[in-house]
Amino acid sequence: MKSILIMLGVLVTHLAAAGSQVHERVLDNGLKVLMKPDHRAPIVTSQVWYKVGSSYEHGGLTGISHVLEHMMFKGTKRLAPGEFSRIIAEHGGRENAFTGRDYTAYYQTLAKDRLAIAFELEAERMRNLTLPEEEFAKELEVVKEERRLRTEDDPESLTFEQFNATAYEASPYRIPIIGRASDLEHLKVADLRDWYHRWYAPNNATLVVVGDLEPETVFLLAEKHFGPLEPEQIRPPKVRGEPVQRGEKRLRVKAPAKEPYLILGYKATALGHAEPAWEPYALEMLAAVLDGGSSARFSRELVRGTRVAASAGAGYDAFSRLPGLFLIDGTPAQGRTLEALEQAFRAQVERVQREPVAASELARIRTQVVAHKVYEQDSVFYQAMQLGRLETVGLGWPLVDRYVEHLRRVTPEQIQAVARKYLVADRLTVALLEPQPLDGKRDGKQNGKQPRSKAAGGPGHAH
Amino acid sequence: MRTDNIRIFSIACALLGLAVASAAEAGPKIETWETTKGARVLFVAAPDLPMLDVRLVFDAGSARDDKRSGLASLTANMLTQGAGEWDADTIAERIESVGAEFSASAARDMATLSLRTLTAESALDQALETVAKSLSKPRFDQADFERVRENRLVALRQDEQDPSTLGSKAIYRKVFGDHPYAADSAGTLETVSAIRREELVEFHRRYYVAGNAVVAIVGALAQEQARDLAERLTADLDTGEPPPELPPVPELSDPVLERLSFPSTQTHVFAGQPGMRRLDPDYFPLYVGNHILGGSGLVSLLMDEVREKRGLSYSVYSYFYPMSQRGPFLMGLQTKNDQADQARAVLMDTVRRFREQGPTEAELTAAIKHITGGFPRRIASNSKVVGYLAVIGFYGLPLDYLDRFSERVSKIRAEQIRDAFHRRVHPDRFATVIVGPREDRAADGED
Repeated sequence: MKSILIMLGVLVTHLAAAGSQVHERVLDNGLKVLMKPDHRAPIVTSQVWYKVGSSYEHGGLTGISHVLEHMMFKGTKRLAPGEFSRIIAEHGGRENAFTGRDYTAYYQTLAKDRLAIAFELEAERMRNLTLPEEEFAKELEVVKEERRLRTEDDPESLTFEQFNATAYEASPYRIPIIGRASDLEHLKVADLRDWYHRWYAPNNATLVVVGDLEPETVFLLAEKHFGPLEPEQIRPPKVRGEPVQRGEKRLRVKAPAKEPYLILGYKATALGHAEPAWEPYALEMLAAVLDGGSSARFSRELVRGTRVAASAGAGYDAFSRLPGLFLIDGTPAQGRTLEALEQAFRAQVERVQREPVAASELARIRTQVVAHKVYEQDSVFYQAMQLGRLETVGLGWPLVDRYVEHLRRVTPEQIQAVARKYLVADRLTVALLEPQPLDGKRDGKQNGKQPRSKAAGGPGHAH
Repeated sequence: MRTDNIRIFSIACALLGLAVASAAEAGPKIETWETTKGARVLFVAAPDLPMLDVRLVFDAGSARDDKRSGLASLTANMLTQGAGEWDADTIAERIESVGAEFSASAARDMATLSLRTLTAESALDQALETVAKSLSKPRFDQADFERVRENRLVALRQDEQDPSTLGSKAIYRKVFGDHPYAADSAGTLETVSAIRREELVEFHRRYYVAGNAVVAIVGALAQEQARDLAERLTADLDTGEPPPELPPVPELSDPVLERLSFPSTQTHVFAGQPGMRRLDPDYFPLYVGNHILGGSGLVSLLMDEVREKRGLSYSVYSYFYPMSQRGPFLMGLQTKNDQADQARAVLMDTVRRFREQGPTEAELTAAIKHITGGFPRRIASNSKVVGYLAVIGFYGLPLDYLDRFSERVSKIRAEQIRDAFHRRVHPDRFATVIVGPREDRAADGED
């Protein structure tokens, strides 16, 4: 056992050296270009990350970043609607886009000799989007269908939206990425035009390339295609600090469903906000203690041991632009109640506050963290995504080579300390999904009521 | 040999006026052999990263459930829940303490055990020992079985609150009728409740045998190490033999329509029929044709008609899912309830038109470029290659399948696609499932 850890220690050093292969160049117009060579296969992935997402939005315009992401495929001065996708397809590429709270990103993965195609097209739509009115009208309907699919008709997702809007009082993380139904209803193409001009510019973007090319080749191509673009005056979003929560919040969500569902969220911190700075790493390790695989406490004790949960999860994201939540969620096992599950979760939280995590437990988690760092090198897309994300949330890409070491250094005492500081009732919001009858039996005649929530929240959305 | 293939391919492409990707078109170098116990091994050396991916696949999917729907899937899931002297906690600890990942599941054709581990000797050794014993000496403890079963029942009820899952299970029932492919691998509330522990033991004894196994290996190993590894994983299995072929899937004789009432804001439409086998003679024309019709995401005909032109649905697709016997050809979309008839009409018009007319030359050229140009991407990671190895081994595809893939796609002509779709796709006999609020229109909702 010890020998494995020593071996892994060596491996980390080796990887850190390999990681420093990321090359950076900033063009005169402010576009930051990151290139990481990976010669395992003759392909390349190209990603453009913009510093804009749902956490940049405000009431009345929620969902606008995501709708704009859809419209980025709908024509530029030189490209007809849909032509971008047709050209990438003709060159054997895979492409799409995704919108998150802190970013909007566009990607193409292609054979390595096709990178110039991707650059030419991305450069064109960075400044020359046309936003035709009739295309907007159709695409807005598509986005509304996406909202119905992912949120309105999914009881757990609906619960999460309402939970999110309750947990956060002022933080823009309360805004659902897909947007509120009413805001989508009233969105105008002129709003999108303003949003586009405000955020889509080389000095508000990061271009990330990972694949089988040399950095100089990529930088030359980037200069050629993106170099001529004009920068924009970027006005950073206003700070909307989350006020101190004064006591536990609870909500019940009624929706047609068969199984109950429970979410607990504690207001936490994030890298760049935490004092002391190691706290977010300790929270990441705490999430792994609870739910880092089938040997972690939730699986071992709640699913297999006491059998109070059919499923149970814990999650925390240290790498967000603004402080987020430490989340716990689950579904009770057959014959067990939401109340029993909630008590079990709270008991787990009390235990990490009371006793330090065992050395063997922490050793296992460290090993997993290091192993995952190796596994993620199997995907050029994932490698690029990490660089783009760290850069876009403001932490800087060099952290990609350091965070594993930060995680490995976390001590049992630090985990206990963050549990005591952040996992407390006054920071907690609890949401319970109370299933309502689906009514419509398969061959029945009657018809259930339609869920008609306009509340908010949600996971990432692809184009 | 390979040089010749490339030359022929280049000439073919030149004749068709296609761009030849500069990247090598050959697939990875596959080595293959049989273990002492008779399991077939496919191995690709990938020395760049200190990691290993293994897939052990068995002809032990839910098509072998024999009416006890969920049996294959529960058997696979129980493999990680106790073996020999180890309980579920011990197995999880042994795997995760060395940073490995291990899972077991069953689909219709295949049961699959997946292992990903570092190749450092101590990690590799412990991970392999754990997987080998989970595979050959599973405990199937009654108490663990009850827990897994109860959690499965919870998951099945969660499926019932999702209109998409509800509809997708129903379309399989309609397309496959009495064939074993009709049932969902997860089982139903009724069948899962009735399965007994002894049935899992018997299912494991019959199907988890070396003669019914394919071992796919990709990672930083020398060939001798891969040989040792495959021996270790299969040493304690019975030799056994593969089960008999599944029965062929019958054609649908008449159209069937099922409406499932569900209180959703959208109506989900599914339509389909039996499609093709993995070794189907029409595989390439149907594959390339479907790529054009509804298999190429944002640029497919269906996406253009349903989403781009009319804004009717976020997602719309068609696909062939080739299996041992004919897997399904399926199409689908979701739209707000008052547009369901319109969207369904566009879906059906598009497939009918494509069946009659086939693709235009421009559509075909674009599709061939898309598929062949994307070939390097398809084999760009260990996880993708190991998936291909498992499929090649399980379905008995030729070892040069990947080497010749682009060439075969390039040779497809528009007339072949039109002909294949005409013979094989019959929209007038499609099974259709519609999930959504039931309006006062029960008259046309016959089953």
